[in-house]
Amino acid sequence: MRELSLNVMDVAQNSVRAQAKVVTITVAESDREDRLTIEIADDGCGMTEEQVQQVIDPFFTTRTTRKVGLGVPLFKLSAEQTGGSFDIRSKQGVGTTTTASYVKSHVDMTPLGDINDTVKLLIQCNPQIDFVYTRSTDQGSFTLDTRELKEVLGDVSLDTPDVLEWIKDYLEENTQNIVGGAST
Amino acid sequence: MKSLAELKAIRDRAKAQLDLRKENPNAARVLVGMATCGIAAGARPVLNAFIEEIAKRGLTDTITVTQTGCIGICQYEPVVEVEVPGEEKVTYVKVAPEMVPRIVNDHLVNHNVVTEYTIGAIKK
Repeated sequence: MRELSLNVMDVAQNSVRAQAKVVTITVAESDREDRLTIEIADDGCGMTEEQVQQVIDPFFTTRTTRKVGLGVPLFKLSAEQTGGSFDIRSKQGVGTTTTASYVKSHVDMTPLGDINDTVKLLIQCNPQIDFVYTRSTDQGSFTLDTRELKEVLGDVSLDTPDVLEWIKDYLEENTQNIVGGAST
Repeated sequence: MKSLAELKAIRDRAKAQLDLRKENPNAARVLVGMATCGIAAGARPVLNAFIEEIAKRGLTDTITVTQTGCIGICQYEPVVEVEVPGEEKVTYVKVAPEMVPRIVNDHLVNHNVVTEYTIGAIKK
């Protein structure tokens, strides 16, 4: 993957397939600690212990259309190649949490890329699921919670073009406030 | 700064139009393959291009754009399936954002399949 935001999009889709109601995406960045941590947590159907071991294997997939499943292995690789770490925890009936931690200054660090676009597309394409996105840096943090938006919107759908435009601008403005000029 | 107050204003405006935008059972569907293979091949800008092109032409009520999984032809990603009610489903392969306006205009609006972008054309 060219950007970590694409890995997020990919792995978040596993949550969608697991029939999650709420998907929490957290991107925590610290230049001081030279760390970037991405966490994707859901309240979907979860996996057995055996399945958790299997998803790390590229030759395991529940799909019938092809024989490989690279989503989780690629995400894991992206973290471990920077000297970071990767963890996936799951409990059947409770949900799954995937955490990838990166050493930002490492030469093999993949750029985060357009994470806002990923969040916007996830919201747009899965209006039945709630997303809680939190981004933090040394300069501060912000959260977008679609449950709060739905409260304001009432029966107006999240995928109304004007609402999506608002979401996009909201994400961009808040990101700029805490990223401090330097693009990631 | 974007505020929730602004969102409220958007809601009030959208509510006025809500009656017009009832779920359309005859809507055409655009399905963009967004599994690992699709995303890695560049499906995200393609999906965005469809959404933008359809919004620009004011066709959001008659065409829905959704994500789909992998249909097993990973080597041809990004793959886009177009379903127009009453017509045969068409599979476009190796789709780039530049190809999107033509697919929307020729196929979705004027019902002429863009044959050279389809899987049939590339497999020959």
